[in-house]
Amino acid sequence: MNILDIIGPIMIGPSSSHTAGAVRLGNMARIILGEAVQKATIGLHGSFAKTYRGHGTDVAIVAGLMGWPTHDSRIPSSFSYAKAAGLDFRFEIIDLGDAAHPNSAQLQLTGVKNEQVSVVGASIGGGRIMITGVDDFSIEFHGELMTLLIRHQDQPGAIAAVTNILYQQGVNIAKMEVFRTDKGASALMMLEIDQMIDDEVVDQIRSCPQINTVRKIVPLQ
Amino acid sequence: MAEKYSLQHWIQKAQDEHTSLYVIGLQHQIQAMEITAEDLLSKMLTALKVMEESIQTGLIGNRSKGGLVGGDALRIQNYFHSQPERSVAGPVLNRAITFALAVGEANACMGRIVAAPTAGASGVLPGVLFALAEAKGFSREELVPPLIVAGMIGMVIADRASLSGASGGCQAECGSAAAMAAGAIVSLLHGSPEQVGDAAAIAMKNMLGLVCDPVAGLVEVPCVKRNAGAAAQAIVAAEMALAGVKSVIPVDEVIDAMGAVGKCMHSSLKETAQGGLAASPTGLAWTAQLGQST
Repeated sequence: MNILDIIGPIMIGPSSSHTAGAVRLGNMARIILGEAVQKATIGLHGSFAKTYRGHGTDVAIVAGLMGWPTHDSRIPSSFSYAKAAGLDFRFEIIDLGDAAHPNSAQLQLTGVKNEQVSVVGASIGGGRIMITGVDDFSIEFHGELMTLLIRHQDQPGAIAAVTNILYQQGVNIAKMEVFRTDKGASALMMLEIDQMIDDEVVDQIRSCPQINTVRKIVPLQ
Repeated sequence: MAEKYSLQHWIQKAQDEHTSLYVIGLQHQIQAMEITAEDLLSKMLTALKVMEESIQTGLIGNRSKGGLVGGDALRIQNYFHSQPERSVAGPVLNRAITFALAVGEANACMGRIVAAPTAGASGVLPGVLFALAEAKGFSREELVPPLIVAGMIGMVIADRASLSGASGGCQAECGSAAAMAAGAIVSLLHGSPEQVGDAAAIAMKNMLGLVCDPVAGLVEVPCVKRNAGAAAQAIVAAEMALAGVKSVIPVDEVIDAMGAVGKCMHSSLKETAQGGLAASPTGLAWTAQLGQST
């Protein structure tokens, strides 16, 4: 904690959890998609579902999908900007169950180059967020450290290839998790790392034979 | 575990080194954040600029997203300009509550604010700082040291207790903002480091136990008017401290007590919109009406 956490952040009101955190959720989902968003189905759960109009949670998420920061004064009119940009979005009320955080949303996105992803995340207070699901994987990360989300084939050597490249770059891994749907099928690894890495390193990882896609998630402001 | 921040420790350090709390805080933070004093001061100036703009946003008088608040800051300003002789509060307090309401209303209308310490309590510091600037002719630059002192008080509260309504009730949000603002006023008017501590302690004591009970879960009722109340409490506490009135309970202990009270508070009174004003018949009627509109 430092003084800028107390005298700040500068943000669009009214709520750090229901507005600023919602902008960040939209941003994070867009980064996980990896390209500009063309179509979005946004499911709101719990307190988000009950109070989204009064807190502007809906316009905040759409602002985040366009990559805007939490202090962008265009946030209240994000819908008209999104429509002008050809972003097709709709909202629905969903129930993710009692175990889900009350401020949760599910963002099903299609990108301009036809990438697709479903991201579930929660706004956990003070503008902080936690991603709790990507597609079929129950994954947890905050995006406060540099994070790599890598889709790969569940085969020997995939993990070693990635960690070897990071080792060569002198990058330390703070946390790592691996998920798979079935043995030998598509899988996902999540790495939180202590150093920033260049896009060239990302390209190097992407060129490994077992690797399908790589998403570099830079900590959100 | 690292030792918790202590306002009393910083006050003692300022006294020992014959300097101000602002200087102690500035040194502490540029070391902790590994940035230059110039960088930090420029960030504080930016925060003050956004605060001043948020007052103007609120004074436009728009209605909020939920429709429960908006236009009251403008109402008080018009009243004061048209009938100054009828004002009970006088210029400093009147302007402080006007500006605090304005920022609270700007926040509820999705305006840009500085969450200091939170979005819900963002009106208190701009309220008192810009009221004093107007009344006594302080420049924006002169408001930087008191803002840093306010930040130090907020850091101590965050570390020892909480700044969140969900964990400590409104005493943790508007109460903390009042303590920060009281210390800032004393700093601005060149009171001693000890007087900053007394002002923060007295303001917090007078807000102790305040619950967080937002109608329909929105940051509107009673949040916006509580910002005006907290600004007034800050002025009351600073006036006492500047006159030499001491807090019998030392400031760190007052902050610890606030944390303990927050823990005892029932969850229905901590931002869940299940108790207090949120559960009043009118509060419930608004909840039903706003629920239908979604």
